[in-house]
Amino acid sequence: MSENTMTVAKAMVECLKAEGVKHVFGYPGAAICPFYDELITSGIEHILVRHEVNAGHEASGYARITGRAGVCVATSGPGALNLITAIATAYMDSIPIVAITGQVNSDQIGRDVFQEADITGSAEPFVKHSYIVKDPASICDVIKKAFYIAETGRPGPVLIDVPMDVQLMETEFMYPETVEIRSYKPTTEGNKLQIKRVADTISKAQRPVICAGGGVFLSDAKQGLAELAHRCDIPVINTMMGISNMDMSDPLYFGMIGMHGVKAANHAVKNCDLLILLGARMGDRAVVAIRNNKKMQVVHIDIDPAEIGKNLDVNTPVVGDIRRILCQLLEIIPEMKHTDWVNELDGVRKQTASVPAAKEGTVCPKSFIEELNRQLPKDSIIVADVGQNQIWTANNIRLTEGRFMTAGGMGTMGYSLPAAIGAKKATPERTVIAMCGDGSLQMQFMELATAIQHNINVKIIVFVNSALGMVRELQEKIYERETAVDLTGSPRFDIIAEAYGIKAENITDISQAEAAISNMLASEKPYLLQVFVDREERTII
Amino acid sequence: MKHTISVLVENHAGVLARVAGLFARRAYNIDSLAVGVTADENVSRITIVADGDDYTLEQILKQLNKLIDVIKVRAFSETELLTRELVLVKVNCTPAQRAELISIAKITEAKISDISINTITLELSDYSNKIKTFEELLRPYGIKEIVRTGTVAIQRGSASLTI
Ligand SMILES: Cc1ncc(C[n+]2csc(CCOP(=O)(O)OP(=O)(O)O)c2C)c(N)n1
Repeated sequence: MSENTMTVAKAMVECLKAEGVKHVFGYPGAAICPFYDELITSGIEHILVRHEVNAGHEASGYARITGRAGVCVATSGPGALNLITAIATAYMDSIPIVAITGQVNSDQIGRDVFQEADITGSAEPFVKHSYIVKDPASICDVIKKAFYIAETGRPGPVLIDVPMDVQLMETEFMYPETVEIRSYKPTTEGNKLQIKRVADTISKAQRPVICAGGGVFLSDAKQGLAELAHRCDIPVINTMMGISNMDMSDPLYFGMIGMHGVKAANHAVKNCDLLILLGARMGDRAVVAIRNNKKMQVVHIDIDPAEIGKNLDVNTPVVGDIRRILCQLLEIIPEMKHTDWVNELDGVRKQTASVPAAKEGTVCPKSFIEELNRQLPKDSIIVADVGQNQIWTANNIRLTEGRFMTAGGMGTMGYSLPAAIGAKKATPERTVIAMCGDGSLQMQFMELATAIQHNINVKIIVFVNSALGMVRELQEKIYERETAVDLTGSPRFDIIAEAYGIKAENITDISQAEAAISNMLASEKPYLLQVFVDREERTII
Repeated sequence: MKHTISVLVENHAGVLARVAGLFARRAYNIDSLAVGVTADENVSRITIVADGDDYTLEQILKQLNKLIDVIKVRAFSETELLTRELVLVKVNCTPAQRAELISIAKITEAKISDISINTITLELSDYSNKIKTFEELLRPYGIKEIVRTGTVAIQRGSASLTI
């Protein structure tokens, strides 16, 4: 027996160490105890969540900031099942996570024993890949491949299910240095001929626009994007997933497109003669603005060939890593000017309607976020939840070097606080704020305990409108009456926060915003700010 | 439109479920599906006949390619392929009808695989339309049971699909 002989559970932990993992987010149970027993002495910090879905969201927030796969852990059966919503959320947003679940003993699989759930089967539609480990000798190889698959190509979640008896078996620890999967070879380099075509198309366009999505973050291509926009004088707009991949104070930046987007951005796609999609999958909610523009050419640059042509017909596709492709493009593309076109968009941007005065005892969310913009440290991270709060934040926050993130694809309520916790764990020196509604806060406030227990200094801003505002707004518009959206019975969140030992402050008038925001940002602990907004407040401003 | 798609996959447990699940959740229609191991025992070949327009076909191919266990995917046009299905048909057959049914088998090049006092079981391997005609011919005698495989397909001529 060599010194590399160890249990699979220990080998799993050694693999994580070899992968450079510093933090894992999880929740234990019997079937994953062998792994936990080894984790505790490994030097990897474990963050105990209060519900498994949050382990997944925390790993996702962590991954978005580090660019590496976030790791979450759960036990068999209900623990694993609770992870599914988070796995699916990560899948929709192409976020790399590695989820490790315990499973019942391998000889009992399929007999409906206590806490057995077919997690690889149930999660199949939402994972990039999954493994159930039956051969102890395969564990190192499986973990290496899991990280590789999660992080390369179009990133996404990978699930590793390990039966409890397998965790206790012995194996040789030998972490592979390289991965070879014959059936998985993501394209990174862009096709030269196609890139030449893109350059030609751009040169011919009079009214080009770049729509930059979440892929720009995933391939770390912010710089290339800004360079292309500036060199060729091309306006930039975002999908929701792409917000903050361009300095929002840049004169060439015109905001978010789509159903909930801003006028200038939607005007740009409706009137452009060339749309350059950059790591944007053009979800159905983003595509609405474009359908009627029949005269435009479309260039689509994406790592996933399956996204090209899926929602929008494309004239010039380029498959590969955005950063690489931008480098290739920047080698050949000349400077140009589109002054009239940029001025036209600038004109639309300036047409913003004046904000009506807020009702007595309420705060206008737009004015509040404008005050927040004045005080935010440059590199802040803002996590928007789902609902009106998300749209208010998306359309009004101004980040220059900061980062905006949200569960754009799945629209999962309860994402913001756990994702903020994950992001803060990844970069403790930056200010991280979760912005949510009073509905979504109640789907996640158990995580206040996680923040307190692990000293994770996240801020929470909750827009209290006493309703599931986004649904209320939709019902008002389409059904002309509201049903099942009233949140009467909700507690006072400031008292809840205080029960967790978290300082809270309430504001009911914009005049209080400046001091409240400054107190919140100055605090070295988690902090909750309740902002009371009018129940009738809309997203269309 | 019908498309015949050949998929080479890693011969692992669960791969078929992944492929079938993909068709189900993306609402692609499968007409027939056949799986078997290839000359390389680590690789299986799945032959799928699916229905859909060109957009759907393109999506099917791209989405299949994204499955990690899928090594190679190709769609073929009808003229490129030699296709076969196998059918076993148990037909009512009195001793007096035997000669008649045996002559049908001869003409259609079906095999007589089993026989009993009042039934006969015929076996035919052919392309889909031929099998349909075969069934029509047997129907008047009373088909007791019919078992049909999915289509398998191989390229005509010397071209071959390998990894
Ligand atoms: C888990 C989940 N359930 C339901 C929905 C549907 N939904 C979308 S927005 C919304 C309302 C959110 O209410 P709240 O958190 O109070 O935010 P507001 O819209 O009022 O800002 C709901 C219920 C969802 N997106 N996610």
